[in-house]
Amino acid sequence: MDITFEKVGYTYQKGTPFESRALYDIDFDIKDGSYTALVGHTGSGKSTILRHLNALNKPTEGKVIIGDREIVSTTNNKNLKSIRKKVGIVFQFPESQLFEETIAKDIAFGPKNFGATEEEGVEIAKRMLPLVGLDETYMERSPFDLSGGQMRRVAIAGVLAMEPEVLVLDEPTAGLDPKGRKEMMDMFYQLYKEHGMTIVLVTHQMEDVASYANHVIILEQGTVVKEGPPREIFQNEPWLESKQLDVPATVSFASRLEERIGLRLGDIPLTTDELADQLVAHLASSSIEGGDAK
Amino acid sequence: MMEKLIFGRYIPGTSWIHRLDPRAKLLSTILFIFVIFLANNWQTYLLLFIFVLTAVLLSEIKFSFFINGIKPMIWLILFTVILQVLFTGGGEVYFQWGILMLTSQGLLNGVFIFCRFVLIIFMSTLLTLTTMPLSLTDALEYLMRPLIALKVPVYEIALMLSIALRFVPTLMDETEKIMNAQRARGVDFGEGNVFQQMKAIVPLLIPLFVSSFNRAEELATAMEARGYSGGEGRTKFRKLDWSASDTLVMVVFVLITAALVFLRN
Repeated sequence: MDITFEKVGYTYQKGTPFESRALYDIDFDIKDGSYTALVGHTGSGKSTILRHLNALNKPTEGKVIIGDREIVSTTNNKNLKSIRKKVGIVFQFPESQLFEETIAKDIAFGPKNFGATEEEGVEIAKRMLPLVGLDETYMERSPFDLSGGQMRRVAIAGVLAMEPEVLVLDEPTAGLDPKGRKEMMDMFYQLYKEHGMTIVLVTHQMEDVASYANHVIILEQGTVVKEGPPREIFQNEPWLESKQLDVPATVSFASRLEERIGLRLGDIPLTTDELADQLVAHLASSSIEGGDAK
Repeated sequence: MMEKLIFGRYIPGTSWIHRLDPRAKLLSTILFIFVIFLANNWQTYLLLFIFVLTAVLLSEIKFSFFINGIKPMIWLILFTVILQVLFTGGGEVYFQWGILMLTSQGLLNGVFIFCRFVLIIFMSTLLTLTTMPLSLTDALEYLMRPLIALKVPVYEIALMLSIALRFVPTLMDETEKIMNAQRARGVDFGEGNVFQQMKAIVPLLIPLFVSSFNRAEELATAMEARGYSGGEGRTKFRKLDWSASDTLVMVVFVLITAALVFLRN
């Protein structure tokens, strides 16, 4: 399902003395089956955009086209459920949305709101738990007995349980340890690869952007300042710095190498694997040339 | 929905009223509510209106804010006024139907009640618009000090008040966030019949309580770690400062009270 923003503007508390503008003239496409990363400095409007993706906010100007539905400022608040089912959002610190007595019930809460029966809900919960790395023994436990990381998994399972076509993630790994972080990001990537899910990721982790996304949208002060594939985006380190953003560690390592010892590796390396391959290739070629691989 | 509410908000500013000591402002607002009951004819109400409008002008805040402060209360005001008008006897009778009657005395009373409401709301809106919530608690703590002799835990009350005030916006944000998260999971807030609406609140209320408990625990730990061990024997960072203009406000108040006593029937 495609999501298109056409000249979208959004003003908070419009018509009151506390009015503040958050978005200006936003134009972009999130193509079906893409992995889009939304990056930008704090307060650039990422979270506001995110709430437009499933019509939690309606644009005050322009329109958002979600699948075959068009959302404008005058769109009625009724009948938006079908959109919410198709676009699942995992908000920041989603563990704060848990409320049911048991984990199974909490996971089934979303599907039941969209019309699933009690049995179907349990069935779905059973399927979702392994997906987020928990097993069936957790079904009847209270979500409030879990550790922070496990609670987050349950909350994410609750969103996945609605079987959305588009999964929106707002800093899903914030506050997790490195292992949990990696597991979670790999899980999302698997959903993207194997289940053909469209993913929108809001993050400050440039490494995640480089290793997973295939489309990057950069925001600054409520407008899109650049978009394109990650390799193109990370090409220009000084420009990113001027937007108070970073390049992935591998990219800055490669550019440092070039700066210090004049070693040029070719394409900018987005992941450690790519960097390692390039270095190996370079060492191999230089050992053929000079015999000294130091 | 909550964002339209102006009543009870603070608007930063540097006007004469803003710079007054919060004790003076709090005290005069409380006194005003008592003094207003002295007024019982048009001269006295005129005097109070002049006083309040001068204060509003001095605060350099747009008049529309004060009107907005009245809006949420307008039905309550009208309800009271209408009851007052219909059930007050005395004076010339214009119209009568059973116990309901329209009399000159009733109309006059209705107008006075209306004025009373407007004046009190203007005055309290003025207080909250020009005084930081934290200064208000400071003022309250100071004014409650005599109660320590009666074993009232004044420091604790003041601490709870300032923590509560500090967390109002945080909790509002939290509410908004959880609401959005649950709406994304298919909850419709504010739709359907009363029971459906009440049921929809559960997924909002429980997480809010849970996060409040967690927050309270974290805050208590952080406070203890920083050496908090009760209100007794603490020094103050924010010092209240009573100046000549504050005395002037109180003098004006005494004069107005005297004038009211003199002018009333």
